Amino acid sequence: MPKAEEKLIDKEGLRIDGRKTNELRATKIGVGVLGNADGSAYIEQGKNKILAGVYGPHEVHPKHLALPDRSLLRCRYHMAPFSVEERKSPAPSRREHEISKVIRESLEPAIFLEYYPRTSIDLFIEVLQADGGTRCAGVTAASLALADAGIPMRDLIVACASGKIEGQLAVDLSDAEDKKGEADVPVALMPNLNAITLLQMDGQLTLEEFEKAIELSLEGCKQLYALQKEALKSKYATVKEEVEE
Amino acid sequence: MSMIVRVKQRQIAQLMSKGKRLDGRGLNDYREIKVEMGVIEKAEGSARVLLGKTEVMVGVKVQVGEPFSDTPNEGVLTVNAELVPLASPSFEPGPPGENAIELARVVDRGLREAKTINIEKLCLEPGKKVIVVFIDVYVLNHDGNLIDASAIAALAALVNTKMPKYEVEDGQVKVKSSYTPLPVQNYPIAVTFAKINDKLAVDPWLEEEQVMDARLTIAFEKDGKICAIQKGGTGYFTTEQISEVAKMAKEKASEIRKLVVKE
Amino acid sequence: MPTFYERRQIVTPGDLLAEGNYAAGENTFKENDKLYATRVGLIEYDERRVSVVALKAFYLPNIGDTVIGKVTDVTISGWLVDISAPYPALLRASDVMERSYSPQKDELSSIFDVGDLMMAKIVSYDRTRDPLLSIREPGLGKITDGQIIKVTPTKIPRIIGRKGSMIGMIKQETDCHIILGQNGIALIRGKSPEGERLAVMAIYKIESESHTSGLTDRVTELLKREKEKEKEGETKNA
Repeated sequence: MPKAEEKLIDKEGLRIDGRKTNELRATKIGVGVLGNADGSAYIEQGKNKILAGVYGPHEVHPKHLALPDRSLLRCRYHMAPFSVEERKSPAPSRREHEISKVIRESLEPAIFLEYYPRTSIDLFIEVLQADGGTRCAGVTAASLALADAGIPMRDLIVACASGKIEGQLAVDLSDAEDKKGEADVPVALMPNLNAITLLQMDGQLTLEEFEKAIELSLEGCKQLYALQKEALKSKYATVKEEVEE
Repeated sequence: MSMIVRVKQRQIAQLMSKGKRLDGRGLNDYREIKVEMGVIEKAEGSARVLLGKTEVMVGVKVQVGEPFSDTPNEGVLTVNAELVPLASPSFEPGPPGENAIELARVVDRGLREAKTINIEKLCLEPGKKVIVVFIDVYVLNHDGNLIDASAIAALAALVNTKMPKYEVEDGQVKVKSSYTPLPVQNYPIAVTFAKINDKLAVDPWLEEEQVMDARLTIAFEKDGKICAIQKGGTGYFTTEQISEVAKMAKEKASEIRKLVVKE
Repeated sequence: MPTFYERRQIVTPGDLLAEGNYAAGENTFKENDKLYATRVGLIEYDERRVSVVALKAFYLPNIGDTVIGKVTDVTISGWLVDISAPYPALLRASDVMERSYSPQKDELSSIFDVGDLMMAKIVSYDRTRDPLLSIREPGLGKITDGQIIKVTPTKIPRIIGRKGSMIGMIKQETDCHIILGQNGIALIRGKSPEGERLAVMAIYKIESESHTSGLTDRVTELLKREKEKEKEGETKNA
């Protein structure tokens, strides 16, 4: 935790963790990590540790929620009580409800829900350790969990936040940077159509700053997109290498 | 009933692709807005807003309470929203669902990030006693664009709020007989656009909301800075569309602010 | 009219596979003359069509498919069967009983009870109804012994092999009777538990290496090696 007087960006333009303003935190992604879920993925981004699991498409419970012409996507974003500095109550907070909603709305455009009427696809995102930008990392992992479950999609969805710290725009804010910073802009992208499916902002930005912040977030998204694809292929690529010597 | 709605929905979408709306409005026109302040005497502040047929009432209650542990010198601002069942056949009784929660949090974000209330002025005894401002959004009739209507009503209610003068004497909070207005220092306004058939239309009414791909809400504080953004719905926006919405929303916010703040 | 990948390269959802006058095959979708993958898989194409052989997908019912399922519920008029698909399947009592029956639940559970396995055919299915099964044809009906395993349905053709060569080889080497349901469920009934274990091992190996080449040889080798190990183990213990 930075002390009150400690600056977020030093004289050389480096942040507390040594990053430049346009650098993402170190990111590791794994796919197919859970035994029972139909699809799953795990992401570590900086100190964030987030797990995503998918069940479905399967019968809707309760039945009366079933839609006649498409599958029902349900999403639960939840933080573990030990994921943050001060223990968080396991009961879903209003913040978790809102985030569950915006994450669901960010993924829906990519999924061919109309292929599976009268079913539901249930997506669970568990934040095991949180350090800022968890909804974006959650979206990035959730998208992979859906692909891992064999659910057909138009494209992967990838997300990255940027913000303003000490007057400068920076990508992928950590929790300390978000708390002390002037603005936070999470963005989710469906790259092929250049479609932004999640967009929020809090803080204060001029119109110009906002447009630049989106650009920064999109650049971060593109880097993470490449990591997503690698993660999906890696299981198969490794097997192929090992076996075809 | 739903058959009629579907025919109308197609009509709305078709008209929209020609840049027209069913109620004759332009793509950048709001419905008629009426703001009434001080409608509930028992509340410290209140307002009722009519946005077309959407009706939202906001009551502000002021109490003395404890500060949050990480902000011992600041008062507390909290926003809650209720979509009461009589407002729409689609609202059911019970605890707030995700729509009510989102509505409350978006209105809260706009007010909080614009620093609408100087919450440091709400501190009575650091770490022990502060003024807590409860903002309760009550949707009375849902005819579309609850976010903008609620945000205007919340701001108007805060502007209207008169709280008792609190003073700390010998470790006790005393309520003086005179009243003082809430320290309001900024006037954020939220503007929501709907995307229908790739066209952007401000202030969607209920049936436009049922047809739209997605909505984008951008809130501006009084000096023209953006203080909150929320994309909603299962569709998407391109960066060009986002810029277009932002520019138009800034204009609209300035116009609407005049209804709440007589400058 | 280019494709951007070579045959059998791994692609992921959203990958642009081709541009131009190709037809959208399995696991792809077309928008404005551009063809994209919708699932993780291997790209296949010819001059007219591009498709993706999915490396991971779930089974979607097709009329005429032979499937293996497990009874999950006995109802007044039939049985609900889990066929490892997004929709539960239904087997009507009228399909099984010759005469008209009195709807007593007890009677039905004596024919198929919860947990029983069956081999059935899908006789009807559309977007508005769950799939309907029938066990009227010869070879269909209750499965009384053997073990079942589940594999990704898209790998079934690889497990069968060209003209049944792969599955035939496994059956021979392991001395097992193997039935593959199109829903990715395989039934293995061997003369010995060892044989069954080897057959299961072989099938899982094919599933995880289905995207590689030289698989048939490697599976044959594996089975021969394992059988050698067993023989040695037996002579040691004798």
